[in-house]
Amino acid sequence: MSHKIIVPIGPYHPLQEEPEFFQLYCEGEKVVDIDIIIGYNHRGIEQLSEGKHYDQVAFLVERICGICSSSHPYAFVLAVEDLFGGEQKVVPERALYIRTIVDELQRIHSHLLWLGLAGHFIGYNTVWMWAWKYREPVLDMFEMTTGNRNSYAMFKIGGVRRDLKEEDGPILKKMLDEFVPALDLFRGAVMDDPVIQARLKGVGILTRQQAIDWCVVGPTARASGINIDVRRDEPYGVYNRVDWNVVVEKEGDIFAKTVARILEMYESVRIIRQCLDKIPKGEIDAQLRDVPVGEGIGRVEAPRGECFHYIKSDGTNRPVRHKIRAPSFMNVASNKVGAVGGSISDATITLAAVDPCYCCTERVAVINKADNQKVMNGWDLIKLSQEKTERLKKELKA
Amino acid sequence: MDLRLKALTKSIWVFHISAGSCNNCDIEILDCLTPRFDLERFGIQLVGSVRHADALLITGAMNRKSVPRMKKIYEQAPKPCVVIAVGQCALSRHMFRDSYNVCEPLDKILPVDLYIPGCPPKPEAMIDGIIKLVNKIKEVKK
Repeated sequence: MSHKIIVPIGPYHPLQEEPEFFQLYCEGEKVVDIDIIIGYNHRGIEQLSEGKHYDQVAFLVERICGICSSSHPYAFVLAVEDLFGGEQKVVPERALYIRTIVDELQRIHSHLLWLGLAGHFIGYNTVWMWAWKYREPVLDMFEMTTGNRNSYAMFKIGGVRRDLKEEDGPILKKMLDEFVPALDLFRGAVMDDPVIQARLKGVGILTRQQAIDWCVVGPTARASGINIDVRRDEPYGVYNRVDWNVVVEKEGDIFAKTVARILEMYESVRIIRQCLDKIPKGEIDAQLRDVPVGEGIGRVEAPRGECFHYIKSDGTNRPVRHKIRAPSFMNVASNKVGAVGGSISDATITLAAVDPCYCCTERVAVINKADNQKVMNGWDLIKLSQEKTERLKKELKA
Repeated sequence: MDLRLKALTKSIWVFHISAGSCNNCDIEILDCLTPRFDLERFGIQLVGSVRHADALLITGAMNRKSVPRMKKIYEQAPKPCVVIAVGQCALSRHMFRDSYNVCEPLDKILPVDLYIPGCPPKPEAMIDGIIKLVNKIKEVKK
């Protein structure tokens, strides 16, 4: 007879900076099942954005997540520009380059942040301190190009808010040159370290088939051998005009995910350098007015995977419906495969390996306490509204 | 000066609660501990359990699910305990104040001793705030 014990992790756990709650069902050392409970971060952003006008929403979606705070506004402005006929048609050339530079700088900062935290999760605080030390110059680059360390406020519908100064280009290139040796050092230290290899190789394996079944996206999918990347498959910005590669690893374990992220940083550096070389002079804002009626989507490859925004417009200055799907929504669920079957000491790094971002992912559902059934979903609300209309019609007739 | 208050001026151990934030303030708090800013040289460090904490760093707009848990954590903290509100969301709920899931601002729920505004506040601002707080404690009952 099995004897299960429950090990709770969270919601306010010293290891994790965000509130989330895992229940690990263990038999001895082995994790046999896992419950993921989220909702400590839910702020109702989709509903809030339906009460704000388009320029304000760009600021609101920036605050969905502080780590990918250029991906969400980018996906949102892409969705609105989709209504105008597409980003490539309406946005000035120079703005496209600046957008790409900011997006790639953000990828470097996010991957470094994850690597540091991953080091912290396996008890290797040296890696944490190193990674965050080398992350600081990237934040300096942000401060120089956008004026902020974290929330950039660069994206607006039809362009960018702030121009790249002429003298900033060479300084950025120099800072990138100084950053690459640090990245080399870091790659050597992580990829050759026997301790890290022993902790990460063969742990939390997500096979190619499992990755497809659980619909994972981004570096998590690419580490399992799935060759997907929105930047290449449906190019936005200037990704189709610069030379870069999609990093794909085959093993699917946490070591592969780490390697994939480190190699992606090199690609990001390559992209930024080419953008700085090619960037043309000109306008940065198309001054778009009056959002047309219709539905638009925007897809962006965030550091964690595909970030999706949907906008429905009725011609007023506010969106009628704003739907957001963040990459962690798919990736977090795959922990059900990755962590189950492993030992409990590996669970911390396995849960963190998908680079979860809970503040992107939060959803709400109304549950009846008595029978644990969902009380309402979107269709129920529509049905309710239809019933009300029927009732009102009858009342008006009577 | 009260001995317990005096202990607060030497090396403050901090417990970090993210009560529905967007991660921005949280990563800036972690940034304070890493080599460029290195708050540990003042003896300030993050602790794993609230029972060891002298100060609670609270970020984010409080929501319905996190408020009861946060109150519980505050009750468990040894007193005197300093509550520090970091970021605009904890101070005034920022742009989330109209949301259906967000509750009152932090100072209506817990007694707040130090406000650090900003979205997110820079690490320099946090260090400055904590030093001001220490000086304030030193002035009590001199």
